[in-house]
Amino acid sequence: MLEPRDDVVPSEPRTSGQRVALFATCFNDTLWPETPKATVHLLERLGVSVDFPADQTCCGQMLTNSGYGSSALPLVRRFVDVFGGYDAVVAPSGSCVGSVRVQHRRIAEESDDDSLADRVAELGPRVYELSEFLVDVLGVEDVGASFPHRVTYHPTCHSLRMLRVDDRPLRLLRAVRGIDLVELPEAQECCGFGGTFALKNADISISMGSDKARHVVGTGAEVLVAGDNSCLAHIGGILGRWRTGIRPMHLAEILAATEGTPA
Amino acid sequence: MTTTPTPSRPPVPGPPQDTSPTFVGMPTFHRAARAALDDTQQRRNLHHATRTIRDKRSRAVAELPHWEELRRAGAAAKDEALDHLADYLIRLEERLTAGGATVHWARDAAEANRIVLDIVRAKEAEEVVKVKSMVTQEIELNEALEAAGVNAWETDLAELIVQLGHDRPSHILVPAIHRNRREIRDIFQREMAAVGRPAPKDLTDEPSRLAEAARLHLREKFLRARVGVSGANFAIADTGSLVVVESEGNGRMCLTLPETLISVVGIEKVLPSWDDLGALLQLLPRSSTGERMNPYTTIWSGVHEGDGPQEVHVVLLDNGRTHVLGDRLGRQALRCIRCSACLNVCPVYERTGGHAYGSVYPGPIGAVLNPQLRGTESDIDRSLPWASSLCGACYDACPVGIDIPELLVELRSRVAGDRGRTAESVAMAATTWLFSDPRRLTAAQRATGVAGRLVGDRTIRSVPGLGAWTNARDLPNPPPESFRTWWARERGGGTREGSGR
Repeated sequence: MLEPRDDVVPSEPRTSGQRVALFATCFNDTLWPETPKATVHLLERLGVSVDFPADQTCCGQMLTNSGYGSSALPLVRRFVDVFGGYDAVVAPSGSCVGSVRVQHRRIAEESDDDSLADRVAELGPRVYELSEFLVDVLGVEDVGASFPHRVTYHPTCHSLRMLRVDDRPLRLLRAVRGIDLVELPEAQECCGFGGTFALKNADISISMGSDKARHVVGTGAEVLVAGDNSCLAHIGGILGRWRTGIRPMHLAEILAATEGTPA
Repeated sequence: MTTTPTPSRPPVPGPPQDTSPTFVGMPTFHRAARAALDDTQQRRNLHHATRTIRDKRSRAVAELPHWEELRRAGAAAKDEALDHLADYLIRLEERLTAGGATVHWARDAAEANRIVLDIVRAKEAEEVVKVKSMVTQEIELNEALEAAGVNAWETDLAELIVQLGHDRPSHILVPAIHRNRREIRDIFQREMAAVGRPAPKDLTDEPSRLAEAARLHLREKFLRARVGVSGANFAIADTGSLVVVESEGNGRMCLTLPETLISVVGIEKVLPSWDDLGALLQLLPRSSTGERMNPYTTIWSGVHEGDGPQEVHVVLLDNGRTHVLGDRLGRQALRCIRCSACLNVCPVYERTGGHAYGSVYPGPIGAVLNPQLRGTESDIDRSLPWASSLCGACYDACPVGIDIPELLVELRSRVAGDRGRTAESVAMAATTWLFSDPRRLTAAQRATGVAGRLVGDRTIRSVPGLGAWTNARDLPNPPPESFRTWWARERGGGTREGSGR
């Protein structure tokens, strides 16, 4: 079951000769650096040479969703300046990729800068959430990971309904050695994070998060996995307060784990 | 979406509607929601009811492989009508008039109520029977009629429960969704006698017994009333037809038995052509009740001698709708066909119920429609755009493709813009400043790293000023160093170093 396999890594990655950039996202960069690190390790293991353009900052989603879309305009411009020259951009966050692919377009269209709107529209389709990049661009589902634990997966709203990643993360997880993947009841329901919603409507947010956490506890999983650390911080914050001992982990960290370097 | 033709004449935005007396002074959404969250009985009722309808809807939608095409067709029909609204309304008026109906135009709720009351008075009627209708609730017609000494009897079962319970509706389709059957039995036994045939003494909470009690109570009103009042689900411009879609048959009674029929119709209900009904009569029942077809569809075109009402009035109502129409992005909310699918899939609505939204239009559609119809002057309308986690379930469920999350974000920017300089706007400006230069971000991350090293492995359970988070949630521990610091050290080469050192 755990013997090493040769067929997991395409001998010549499909991105060979292409320039691939990591968009770490400001939250991950600042608060959860283990996730972009895991993304780098995973992609390098799959033969992808990934670059981290250091001028990147933030997609501006928090500004846009809080009603300050015009303040996000400089960040939209920065994003296309920094990433426009790459063949593919990969980010370990469904929410931030959703912001780039959906919201940047509207912000750029509403600005007076026509060329910006064109550049945003041109770059958008080349920005991928991690599971999309692995499955659609690299064409792999078995990334050679090993994670011998009981795990349940929460599909985050923006990856599910904005990006339509569908079951790509589950396909990647099913191929992980030793994993005991259990289904999360009512998985597609929002966890209640919702950015500033978690603070502005804290009572409802906590009610939604508590229901989500109860479902997670009910699966008997040791680890809760998702593609967005913001949602994981919310559900994980409740799981922690309840002293459940369940560990929230980003998809990238599980996929990066191997027998030699366990997570 | 199909290409949208240029409007034949630019819409002239009218004024927003006045907040109705019932909802004046309504607290902000999050305050009203807090009280609703504590109502454990209502939480259980809502959870059970929304799950049941949600599952039924999913099955009914999954049956149709061409659902997405239907959605696009429904949206296109509504958009065509909205983009040329003035033309289609004039055609509707011509066709209705040619069919023998009398058409009235009402700018706002007060005007519509006065028109209805004048007709009722002219008929010397002391009561009207009512088909379930959102628009007459929006204008508070019952209250206006009652103030003038005219009884308005709701005949839809759930509306009857709400009316007898001196309550307010909390859902578009299932207005008594917050009540369970035991509460309904108690309301019937307590209240029916005062307004007509009493409930049987041995009434149980069996659904069939409750329905029978309502049927007997209502029957005498149907047979006695000389004026019926309805709304309309659709108004067909090219045939001058009004359409009412319902489940119980009470609507058919009200639409056919009284001599006089008055229909109050929001101007956004117009459809260009009879052919448009094909898509919409598939979209509506599957989205609202999860049925392939609704049990009763009544369509009438003016007056027919010796058959049905001999005097037909149609009141076309603006009440803030042209105000919404004047907004390029916001006008898509006028496509709404009041199916309530967005309510049933909304995790926020499921927990708060409808009353917290401070309008007869609750849930996600209410959160975008009310601040547009009424403006953003009141506390409740200013808070509604935030009554959502932006999870997107409403957009997926909407049969006419209203992008509710996009509208919520747009409305947030309007409210934030109106407020001018606030602590939040200052914080947001600081965020832009911080992220406009990676060197600033790096400096801020160093502070986070210091905090991380100070906290170490201890769990963060409380932070001054972050009570809204830490009351029920632990905080993630700040890491000792940022990713970009790690990258600069481990992969160094990269592009630009960007660490600001």
